[in-house]
Amino acid sequence: MATTPKKAEGPTGFVYGPLIAGWLVPGAGHLLQRKWGRGALLLLSIGSMFFLGLAMQGKIYSGAHDILDLLGMAGDLGNGVFFFLSRIAGWGADSIQVTSADYGTRFIVVAGLLNIMAAVDAHNLATGRKR
Amino acid sequence: MNFQPSHFTAVLIFALFASVVFGITMRNTPQKMLRYGAWCFTLFAGSAIVVSWAMFLIAR
Repeated sequence: MATTPKKAEGPTGFVYGPLIAGWLVPGAGHLLQRKWGRGALLLLSIGSMFFLGLAMQGKIYSGAHDILDLLGMAGDLGNGVFFFLSRIAGWGADSIQVTSADYGTRFIVVAGLLNIMAAVDAHNLATGRKR
Repeated sequence: MNFQPSHFTAVLIFALFASVVFGITMRNTPQKMLRYGAWCFTLFAGSAIVVSWAMFLIAR
């Protein structure tokens, strides 16, 4: 007698939850899936990078005046809640005046890009594409 | 708070945090994550040192 093959177990629930949570708060997508160590390390790394960038007088991009500003803002937006908090509270320098402020601006942009990578990784965990 | 690191210190901090995220997102097991993260950190810091020396020698 022929037996029907078992279907591979697919993702259950709303698979975009970890992606959105991971974008809003660094590491939250992993924490939601009980990946405590990974989530904590991501929060520590991305959060430290963002706040060290602010401490270096880094600039938060507020508007897209030209294509470079647009790219910088896209990177900054990756920081999720940190970006919105800094816009509301007025954190970050308005213009770059010292050398370390330039490093700080890059730190903030790269923290956002790394957070997007982390959020996509959380989504891959939720869909079962990654263990 | 005002933090003004040297260029090399900034490179090391950047390399550390970026390597942690690369390790976690690009590999599946903790051991492979650690190895890949250490490899990325070495490449970040090592390439900064090599390029710095190259620029120093070109500028002479």
